[in-house]
Amino acid sequence: MDLVKHEHDVLVVGAGGSGLRASMGLSQSDLSVACISKVFPTRSHTVAAQGGISGALGNMGEDDWRWHMYDTVKGSDWLGDQDSIEYMCKNAVESIIELEHYGVPFSRTEEGKIYQRPFGGMTTEYGKGIAQRTCAAADRTGHAILHTLYTQSLKNDVDFYIEYFVIDLLFEDGKCVGVLAWCLEDGKIHLFQSHMVILATGGYGRAYLSSTSAHTCTGDGNAMVLRANLPLQDMEFIQFHPTGIYGAGCLITEGARGEGGYLTNSEGERFMPKYAPNAKDLASRDVVSRAIQMEVNAGRGVGLEKDHAHLHLEHLGPETINERLPGIAETAQIFAGVDVNKEPIPIIPTVHYNMGGTPTNYNTEVLSSDNTVIPGLMAVGEGACVSVHGANRLGSNSLLDLIVFGRSAADRAIEVLKDKPESHPNISRSSIDKILSRFDAIKNANGDINPYEIRDKMQRAMQKYAPVYRDQQTMDKGIEIMKGLFDDFSNIKLTDSSMIWNTDLAETLELNNLLYQSLATLYSASARTESRGSHARDDYPERDDDNWLKHSLVSVNDKGEASYDYKDVELKTLTDEMETVELKARTY
Amino acid sequence: MAKFTLPINSIVKKGKTFSDINKSENMLTVEIYRYNPDNKSNPYTDTYLLNKDNFGPMALDVLIYIKSKIDSSLTFRRSCREGICGSCSMNINGTNNLACITDISNEKKLKFYPLPHMPVIKDLVPDLNNFYAQYKSIKPWLITDKKPEREHIQSQEDRSKLDGLFECVLCACCSTSCPSYWWNSDKYLGPATLMHAYKWIIDSRDTAKEERLSNLADKFKLYRCHTIMNCTKTCPKNLNPARAISEIKKMLVKA
Ligand SMILES: Cc1cc2nc3c(=O)[nH]c(=O)nc-3n(C[C@H](O)[C@H](O)[C@H](O)COP(=O)(O)OP(=O)(O)OC[C@H]3O[C@@H](n4cnc5c(N)ncnc54)[C@H](O)[C@@H]3O)c2cc1C
Ligand code: SF4
Ligand code: SF4
Ligand code: FES
Repeated sequence: MDLVKHEHDVLVVGAGGSGLRASMGLSQSDLSVACISKVFPTRSHTVAAQGGISGALGNMGEDDWRWHMYDTVKGSDWLGDQDSIEYMCKNAVESIIELEHYGVPFSRTEEGKIYQRPFGGMTTEYGKGIAQRTCAAADRTGHAILHTLYTQSLKNDVDFYIEYFVIDLLFEDGKCVGVLAWCLEDGKIHLFQSHMVILATGGYGRAYLSSTSAHTCTGDGNAMVLRANLPLQDMEFIQFHPTGIYGAGCLITEGARGEGGYLTNSEGERFMPKYAPNAKDLASRDVVSRAIQMEVNAGRGVGLEKDHAHLHLEHLGPETINERLPGIAETAQIFAGVDVNKEPIPIIPTVHYNMGGTPTNYNTEVLSSDNTVIPGLMAVGEGACVSVHGANRLGSNSLLDLIVFGRSAADRAIEVLKDKPESHPNISRSSIDKILSRFDAIKNANGDINPYEIRDKMQRAMQKYAPVYRDQQTMDKGIEIMKGLFDDFSNIKLTDSSMIWNTDLAETLELNNLLYQSLATLYSASARTESRGSHARDDYPERDDDNWLKHSLVSVNDKGEASYDYKDVELKTLTDEMETVELKARTY
Repeated sequence: MAKFTLPINSIVKKGKTFSDINKSENMLTVEIYRYNPDNKSNPYTDTYLLNKDNFGPMALDVLIYIKSKIDSSLTFRRSCREGICGSCSMNINGTNNLACITDISNEKKLKFYPLPHMPVIKDLVPDLNNFYAQYKSIKPWLITDKKPEREHIQSQEDRSKLDGLFECVLCACCSTSCPSYWWNSDKYLGPATLMHAYKWIIDSRDTAKEERLSNLADKFKLYRCHTIMNCTKTCPKNLNPARAISEIKKMLVKA
């Protein structure tokens, strides 16, 4: 097969918030940068983010980035690295002001400043009060940010390759030297060579049946990392958002509770004060999701199956709803048939965010299992694990993560490439053939199983064997089933072997990527014998700092077998502007 | 709104019929436009007789069901499945819409076509490159000579002027429903792009109002709009591009 060749100094794979922010930063340097995306940039999943982006601007009451840092460490159940968290929280204000200067249409306070709302786990004075820290553009903050970043990339003439599906990373002598991608429109395979690849491919929510994520959230970059024999970090930590719409899975932002919404059970009782006497409905997400599950388990779920809860917004009044939560009102109407001014929304904890992913340092450079930097490879966004979210992400900290680390990735790449090599290395035919043979094997697969069936079984298995509450037996069963599906994949059948816009092939490549990550998740989860953040075990209900204050690193080979490593959590902060947030029990 | 004609220069033939149902009360007849770029033969329509109990209530659920269970080669764009990414715009029963938020519970017959009058790449996937290039041509970014240390100060009143404009998902439903755009899409910017231009003109933070207006004062770019209103009727996000266009025209009269 003939390859179409391209050379760039830097390749950004992904055009969501993190990828666009990185591309933009790079386009202002004299490096040549290309941004490759399987969907048109504004269709990336960042567009769906609703509630907002956190930063201690202090527009609606006193605030301090150190308080934000304290909340983030506590939210992470101490699994977050404190150097990265300091970097993120300290750089938040500047990064958000920058977004406003780019044109993001933030909602406004009476003085005309950026409007900020309360969000779960965000406090003042190290846990004493409730902070208003989450900057919002109504309930369409992700849309506002993503569209603005896209227009800025247009302004800076970023080279886009749109509707190109990246298949795998190319390595020569341990250095990442580019990617192979398939262009949906011309149906050809393109070879992109570069001195630096920045992965920004997002999370893998679609491993589950019910998820707030888009169909395209398949964590492709993470699977490429596994196939390059590199580990993924903290894959057991999957956030269930307390308020996905029952049935459809679409998200109702935490901002709805930030604006005063609350949860009730079948007895009409507001149950959150029982579980979180101070923060109540605004406790952190893992806490609220578990509380809903406990109510359901105790027989106090609502609905025919008594398996979900209600979220009330009726008392807020049409004015607040129209101004602050118009998108929610629309979504609830379309997907639950509910008029939020009159009745509660049926909700259920729904898979929402991946804390784990490709391990990086706070400069966003990808790390191997012995913590050394992999030359030529960086990662940002939900697919990366720089670890600012640890075992549980606070709402509105992800958009911040995208912007702060997208920006820092650009700066770091510019720094590293100050004395870049004059030319690109020769790429051996064998590296290319290895990738193409996997691609061709899938494209021409002629076994007996419809890939759709494997996807369906995988999604149901994740739902059942890696749920909110876990134990050894269920997870081990999950591994057995997932391993079987991983093997079944070699026996699939594809009927369409065309190359132009063959979405059957694209979805099957995505399925393969999801299978790798589902296995990584189950392996790490079954090995961690404690409860921490989103990883809640019935058989090990306590956090165990003596044995488990460490990051999991798991690799999965092409037979679906795992190998494990662990590394210490960074408790030291980056500078002396803030002391280490000391370990203590986590209550809200 | 006006019924659309079939894409120009193409005779659409009848294709195959698939059925997964023995006569039932809950039958849905689905007709889908197919075009395969590999053999470049004439487009055709396939027909599917389906049992509605097998899938969810939205038009996108029907397409995903067919792709998973009956014909994996059926091709369409989709991502968010909640009406926010703008991928799944297409013509459903004669109206442009986002498939993922088109409720079909009460339908007995569905016809899926690509967005009208756009080049078709494959099945329901149109080529939107011209649409995107037009968007870029109006400089859809904030232009300002101010550089405040903190955020620009913008009153709630000024900010509220952007509501009903910034929510656009660039789905192209409006532009591809506009007869003026059909016939002049090389020169006429179309409702989506003009609405974005209007948004920047009235953003109190932007300082390039004059320049933006004079760039639009053109027989083709703007004045091909004859206020037919299809754009506003069709917008799946309930925005009003026709109003934005008439506001631009008013501003130009005053200027
Ligand atoms: C419904 C919802 C609401 C949310 N609300 C909030 C919120 O209010 N605040 C907050 O902080 N966070 C929120 N989040 C989380 C946050 O939105 C995401 O974590 C974040 O947007 C992820 O951004 P990203 O840049 O990592 O990736 P994405 O935006 O997912 O983009 C991934 C990019 O990678 C590209 N890509 C992937 N694979 C390939 C491949 N193989 N080849 C080429 N390109 C590829 C895609 O085309 C896309 O451009 C929300 C999440 C959801 C699901
Ligand atoms: S109002 Fe103008 S833009 Fe809208 S459909 Fe009519 S002619 Fe087209
Ligand atoms: S104005 Fe409406 S129809 Fe037109 S592109 Fe935007 S969202 Fe789509
Ligand atoms: S899939 Fe995103 S708008 Fe329909």
